[in-house]
Amino acid sequence: MYRIVYKKVLNPTVVLMDIEAPLVARKAEAGQFIILRADENGERIPLTVAGYDRDAGTVRIIFQVVGATTKKLSAKEEGDFIPDFVGPLGRPTEVEGRKKVCIVGGGVGCAIALPIAQKLCSMGCTVHSIIGFRSKDLLILEEDFAACSDRLTVMTDDGSAGRQGVVTVPLKEAIEAGEDYDEVIAIGPLVMMKFVVATTKPYGVKTTVSMNPIMIDGTGMCGGCRLTVGGKTRFACVDGPDFDGFLVDFDEAMQRANMYGEFEHHAYEKTCNLFKGVEENG
Amino acid sequence: MADMKMPRNPMPTQEPSVRARNFREVALGYTEEAALMEATRCLNCKNMPCVEGCPVNIRIPAFIEKVREGEFEEAYHIIHESSSLPAVCGRVCPQENQCEKRCVRGIKGEAVAIGRLERFVADWHNAHSREHPQIPEQNGHRVAVVGSGPSGLTCAGDLAKKGYKVTVFEALHLAGGVLVYGIPEFRLPKAIVQKEIDTLKALGVDIQTNVVIGKTITVDELFEDGYEAVFIGSGAGLPRFMGIPGESLKGVYSANEFLTRSNLMKAYREDSDTPIMKAKNVAVVGGGNVAMDAARTALRLGAEKVYIVYRRSLEELPARREEVEHAMEEGVEFLLLNNPTKILGYSNPDDRRDPKNGCVIGMECLKMELGEPDERGRRAPVAIPESEFTLDVDCVIMSIGTSPNPLIKSTTEGLAVNERGGIIVEEETGKTTKDGVYAGGDAVTGAATVILAMGAGKHAAKAIDEYIMNK
Repeated sequence: MYRIVYKKVLNPTVVLMDIEAPLVARKAEAGQFIILRADENGERIPLTVAGYDRDAGTVRIIFQVVGATTKKLSAKEEGDFIPDFVGPLGRPTEVEGRKKVCIVGGGVGCAIALPIAQKLCSMGCTVHSIIGFRSKDLLILEEDFAACSDRLTVMTDDGSAGRQGVVTVPLKEAIEAGEDYDEVIAIGPLVMMKFVVATTKPYGVKTTVSMNPIMIDGTGMCGGCRLTVGGKTRFACVDGPDFDGFLVDFDEAMQRANMYGEFEHHAYEKTCNLFKGVEENG
Repeated sequence: MADMKMPRNPMPTQEPSVRARNFREVALGYTEEAALMEATRCLNCKNMPCVEGCPVNIRIPAFIEKVREGEFEEAYHIIHESSSLPAVCGRVCPQENQCEKRCVRGIKGEAVAIGRLERFVADWHNAHSREHPQIPEQNGHRVAVVGSGPSGLTCAGDLAKKGYKVTVFEALHLAGGVLVYGIPEFRLPKAIVQKEIDTLKALGVDIQTNVVIGKTITVDELFEDGYEAVFIGSGAGLPRFMGIPGESLKGVYSANEFLTRSNLMKAYREDSDTPIMKAKNVAVVGGGNVAMDAARTALRLGAEKVYIVYRRSLEELPARREEVEHAMEEGVEFLLLNNPTKILGYSNPDDRRDPKNGCVIGMECLKMELGEPDERGRRAPVAIPESEFTLDVDCVIMSIGTSPNPLIKSTTEGLAVNERGGIIVEEETGKTTKDGVYAGGDAVTGAATVILAMGAGKHAAKAIDEYIMNK
């Protein structure tokens, strides 16, 4: 069993938790992921590591409540336990030798982008961060990004915070203004990463994306997380989760991501009703 | 004297039409009467060819003699000397290619039903025995076992009995490996696997789930932590795909994924949060035991039509005969000498957001004929020109094998693997190219059987004991 030692609600649908898992904390690196189950009948879901404290033996996760598992997880409090928490899985994000990098984060993807920005910053790399959200009340981690970025641009769809518009607008401006990025690292919804790649590709700026497909075991056994990268079948759990954005077949990945859309919606509703029942019955 | 007239006693099973819609065990096991009768068919041959046919050399005539005498517990002890998982092997071993293939009774008639007797004895023991295994006297040495499948459990059990302090590391949240995530409940009830694992724990074996060796802890760190030897039984790895168009469509699974969802995550049950596709028409590509398991699982999840699509003929089908027979009885249709060439997906040109976009709507196949035998003696299938046809399916399950898991290899210096990714070992001992590291099971051989993995775990346990004692 793994104890939740700290919990903070970042916005109405995004929750941060520090989980006591010393073996995972000892090894975790930015870009890797863990797999957890929230209860005994629960699904195994992958979450990318949002931070770690090797001394305290804790691993930070930040997740959006989108399905049954994340709903159940979000209902847990400090001191509660979850049955399973395994990792670190996948390959760490490559950060060696980078001099200037643009980090592009979208929504809850910013949680995963942050430790990479922090790592690059600590290595003396110039970091430009562009973080995008739907609106001001969903904005998370602004101060943390400000602390590790040489330049931070906040974007919202409705203009309620930062600039109004999508993340690719300031990215394109920066590239056209002559910013010579070694690499652009994009983490967020598939459609955002697809458009980041469409923005950088004409300029030939190396672009890395972090893929988060459906997984079960996460250890290279089931093959559920397969993607087509450069025309070849690759597995996000052992070959990724980072891939060369120019080579990823995003349309296929988007199609596969909604394979269980209906089931997930149903399971989510069921879980919500369950919680509603508990709340009503006090 | 053996009864030469009696035919082989049939295995009672659930009615095919009933069992094809439930997940309860198909084969119900011999009654005492049937076991006693079947035991009288054994000739008790002096040269015991059956024992040689058994990968772990169970003293078969000796245990059958005890069955004939009604001494079932003694029969169990004879089996248990050689096999640590008798209730499992009695159910999943391909006996017709092993012990029963060599049975003298099989030359002019039907072999003694050794597997069924083994299962009867193991089940009798589990139901009646009041023995509680004791922790053997400890010898003060520690061994780490990677993976809790058949090879790891066997290796751990044998070492624990010798007094070693054994820790088993399992990547998943549940111990048992392929016995839990791969083989379905209707063929191997999970309570039986759990019982074997509980026995190991009673012997003092520590099982740590949620630890991925090669990631959470490396093999070298295990030695630093004080383990004197490491056995790697990490099993098969990534599923293979055919490389034909459409394999990423929604509704295409690897058999590993489909079975893991159903067996490990219990997706067939209402109370599970894990989804699984309840398809109408399912094609399973491949002809091994895993393909049979996937096909029969699809049927139990409510499919109307389930096809096995296999490119060779019935004779070459690698699955255990009983599984093929059971699958046929349950209504799985065998499309032999057929090979898929393309999986077709739905596409709505007017609505890119149509959730049906990218869903499987069919599979194109070519008919095959058998040509000349290949280097392994199997006749190679050759496509018949212009024999294309489309199979109406909404789900395709690829069951054409796996490649060994790359995780341990990539993080362990000095561990050599072959061109297919299998760990290179000395066959007799399981010794790898790295000092103190042994390996066995699918991590070495690629996908094979439970009993071969157990045999490898057993040999490695013996070699590890000698290695540590001679240090």
